[in-house]
Amino acid sequence: MTPGQRRWLFLAAMACFGVLLVWGLAGLPGFGNYPGPYGDIINRVAVGQTNATGVVSAINFEYRGFDTVGEEFILFVAAAGVATVLRRLRGEREGPDRDEAAGREQVPTSKAVRTVALVLTGPAVVMGWYLASHAQASPSGGFQGGVVLATAFVLVYLAGQFLSFERISPVDLTDAVEALGAGGFAAVGITAVIMGLPYLQNFLPLGTVPGAVSSSGTIALISFFVGIEVAAAFVLIVGELLDQTLLVHEGSR
Amino acid sequence: MNGIPVVAVVTPYTTATGLMDVLQATILVLVALGATAVVLTRAPTRQVIVLSVYGILLAVLFLAFQAPDVTLSELTVGAVALPILLLLTLAKVKGRQK
Repeated sequence: MTPGQRRWLFLAAMACFGVLLVWGLAGLPGFGNYPGPYGDIINRVAVGQTNATGVVSAINFEYRGFDTVGEEFILFVAAAGVATVLRRLRGEREGPDRDEAAGREQVPTSKAVRTVALVLTGPAVVMGWYLASHAQASPSGGFQGGVVLATAFVLVYLAGQFLSFERISPVDLTDAVEALGAGGFAAVGITAVIMGLPYLQNFLPLGTVPGAVSSSGTIALISFFVGIEVAAAFVLIVGELLDQTLLVHEGSR
Repeated sequence: MNGIPVVAVVTPYTTATGLMDVLQATILVLVALGATAVVLTRAPTRQVIVLSVYGILLAVLFLAFQAPDVTLSELTVGAVALPILLLLTLAKVKGRQK
């Protein structure tokens, strides 16, 4: 196919796509218009039913909890996949003739980066735990909290060095915590089944004050498990990638 | 739904409608510009940084459209986690090319 023909094919395809797009846009409901009854019903009943004022968390961990189990395991499998793939590569690379970084100059971390990273590590830990433990009270949740927690570990790497990152997050421990988080979520659901309730039914006391940290039963518990699962998964993925990037770096000294 | 107590949810985020429209329109334009900037940046490392800024813009967009939980997710994933993974991959690929 000559470049000219290719251009015409592209233009024809783009014209068709453009027509479809405009047609679709013309049929959209008006901006901000919400026709469905489901969200309105949830907005009315969610706080009364679950005692969680973070209604998004109530939906994620309660009404649509089964969907979230699936999402949780997507991340779990992704982390396991990264660990598996990169582990094989590392074995290949440890041969003697592949010392890519020999003689490479190591740039020292600037004091500014170190200071900022050190100052931010503590707040990142607090913020992460706050988000993961207040899913029932405010717009937050285990997922966001988990990622923030994981960034605290990355900050330690930025402030110090790879060795301290590995020391505070040994792979075995991270693996175990990740499995505990993912398994804990599933176990909460199965506990409900053992008690004769539907899977993931909220079986814990809901508390008396809506939006209190101790309220909303399994929503808070699931959020906690999601938090540690996500934090461990991200630390694991970042750790594996750092390993890949820096191992030779460390080995050549 | 009989017998379930109804609790009205009052958000403290009620702003004058006109002002909110202006804010939403502005941030929509900024997001469009940011996405274009990401595509037009050619150097990979620089592109990751621009992508990270674009993630922050998207987070502000979600905040302006009253989805604070999605804002948090976008901040953590779009502005932090994704750029970290990309930067590490770039470092690895560059190390191999030498």
